[in-house]
Amino acid sequence: MKLFQVRGGIHPDYRKDQTSEKAIVVMPLPAALYIPLQQHIGAPAETLVVEGDLVKKGQMLARSQGAVSAPQHAATSGRIAAITEVPAPHPSGLPQLTIILEPDGKDEWGELPAPIENPFTVDAHAIHNRVAESGIVGMGGAAFPSAIKLTLGTQKKLDTLLLNGAECEPYLTCDDRLMREHAAEIIDGGRIMAHALGVSRIVVGIEDNKPQAIAAMTQAASAFPTIEVVAVPVQYPMGSERHLVQAITGRETPARKLTADLGIVVHNVATARAIYNAVRFGRPLLTRVVTVSGSAVRTPQNVEVRIGTKLSDLIDFCGGFALRPERIINGGPMMGQPLPSLDVPVVKGTSGILALTAEEINDNPTSPCIRCGTCVTICPCGLSPVEMAAFIRKDNLETAAKLGVMDCISCGSCSWVCPSHIPLVHYFNYAKGTLNDQDRERRKNDRVKTLAEAHTIRVEKVAEAKKAALAAKKAAAAVTADSETTPPPAPSVQEEKVNA
Amino acid sequence: MLVAIGSLTAMGVTLGTILGAAAKFLAVEENPLEEELKALLPGSQCGQCGFVGCGQAAAALAKGEAPVTLCPPGGKAVIEALAKKLGVTADLSEHEEKVPEYAFIIEDLCIGCTRCIRECSVDAILGANKLMHTILAEPCHGCAKCASVCPTDAIVMRPITVTLGTWHWSKPGDSHPVH
Repeated sequence: MKLFQVRGGIHPDYRKDQTSEKAIVVMPLPAALYIPLQQHIGAPAETLVVEGDLVKKGQMLARSQGAVSAPQHAATSGRIAAITEVPAPHPSGLPQLTIILEPDGKDEWGELPAPIENPFTVDAHAIHNRVAESGIVGMGGAAFPSAIKLTLGTQKKLDTLLLNGAECEPYLTCDDRLMREHAAEIIDGGRIMAHALGVSRIVVGIEDNKPQAIAAMTQAASAFPTIEVVAVPVQYPMGSERHLVQAITGRETPARKLTADLGIVVHNVATARAIYNAVRFGRPLLTRVVTVSGSAVRTPQNVEVRIGTKLSDLIDFCGGFALRPERIINGGPMMGQPLPSLDVPVVKGTSGILALTAEEINDNPTSPCIRCGTCVTICPCGLSPVEMAAFIRKDNLETAAKLGVMDCISCGSCSWVCPSHIPLVHYFNYAKGTLNDQDRERRKNDRVKTLAEAHTIRVEKVAEAKKAALAAKKAAAAVTADSETTPPPAPSVQEEKVNA
Repeated sequence: MLVAIGSLTAMGVTLGTILGAAAKFLAVEENPLEEELKALLPGSQCGQCGFVGCGQAAAALAKGEAPVTLCPPGGKAVIEALAKKLGVTADLSEHEEKVPEYAFIIEDLCIGCTRCIRECSVDAILGANKLMHTILAEPCHGCAKCASVCPTDAIVMRPITVTLGTWHWSKPGDSHPVH
């Protein structure tokens, strides 16, 4: 297959060998599971259980609410110890509502939805519903509810399902191992997804530093002529869906559009396996493979963990720390976010937990920009990081927005490459957050304006009605005085509260 | 030739006089600047500036009778927009950027007097006579007028806290020079 050039990008030290040759191990039951109600983009799930309830493995604990949401399930059998606020696996360390499940040790399955016998003949809706009720979200890290992405076929003209096995982040090898060990399941899941999307062509994109994964996937796909396994060049951020699509089709996704506008839907390989489990066995998303790595960890490895396992339990399972970790990262070292503590759970989007030593992180002091222009050359989105950062530093976010800061994918290549160690991507994350704040504020102001106008109109109407009623009363009184008969009851107008 | 020049000149002078007179006698009183300033203000008619509503505040601004820092809910963004429109430099020395707030009713203290309901300019308060009231946090814009009329001090202003959905990275420290 002909591949296309993708602009920019970097070649960091991959450091995947710490975990890439170790088979996935299953972690035993921890003492408690912490299942947050929101592990996905969209509205948090709504609890279906209360404290003290006994639940079975696979039972739905919280259902999705709203158009974009996903349910949560019990990853083992046990008792609901509490539903309370627990710190989220998020750099802010802010709390979020979490269901705490105490395992009973039996790991007993509850009643599961029936397997879909022949998924390639059923209606696509049956697949969408199964994926939605199984709580499956994008497992590459973004955690967008997968069922919604599978219905894109009804809105847009699609031709290809692209399975993303690029795994371009250094350290991470969970997708690599998954493809080596469960290739057939991923391919089957991919075929089910293609059926749900209404497309026939499937492309699996894998960076060519994973030859065993490419071989395993090619082998598993050999029976299906419509599936193509493609080795893409090693070039960070190849795993970004826009860039993978560009490498494979040569087409660039326009700003603020989706790859689906080019007819391509991208899903992570781990998501495909989760969909395989949901459709073939009725099992909801209960576990995921997490890469635990970094020089501070005693035994770096890929672990299949139950959703809700505390990071401290996971690190203990990996032998604890051999060296003092300078930073704990949720995700990969390029786009991952630092975590303030290990007292947070593994969630559906957790691809890796890295405990990095002082040597592994760049805490070099920042020096002035030497105007080398390297950040401009390597920006995979074709932006001008140096210029945007200068404007953001001077609080001129408007100009930064004009220069395209909202199109930045926060891949961190510019920060990585900067010889002066300027935290460029940090500036962009700050700017994007602040611009989103401003946008929220603008929308709120518009709403307040509309409500205030509606209020004024209502108050005026009430005043007029009162005046009219008064006039009617007076007229009636005049008539009464004239005719000496019983007056008709005056219409009373009460100021009524209207829920605007 | 002369007739043509003469007649055109005569027409020009007459029409010009008519237009000039019309501009003077049929002029619209309203200052267009007022409308533009009104559009910049929040439009919630909260009255925190001391004027009845945003329209009156805009009129005062246009006449130069009010400072650009008059609008508390607008914050720095509105001050800057007003200053830019009026071509003045805003004096931000006394301006304190307020944390956005929303009003909250302590339900045990509410006696159901409906006074707050009458104050609310966005109909964010629900309730009826002698029945407990409650405030919808979503449309509330934090003007605090309800809190000031409450006879039992049952209304408190609470800051809108940062959530996982609204949190974002703060600006990198200024020790990072970018030129």
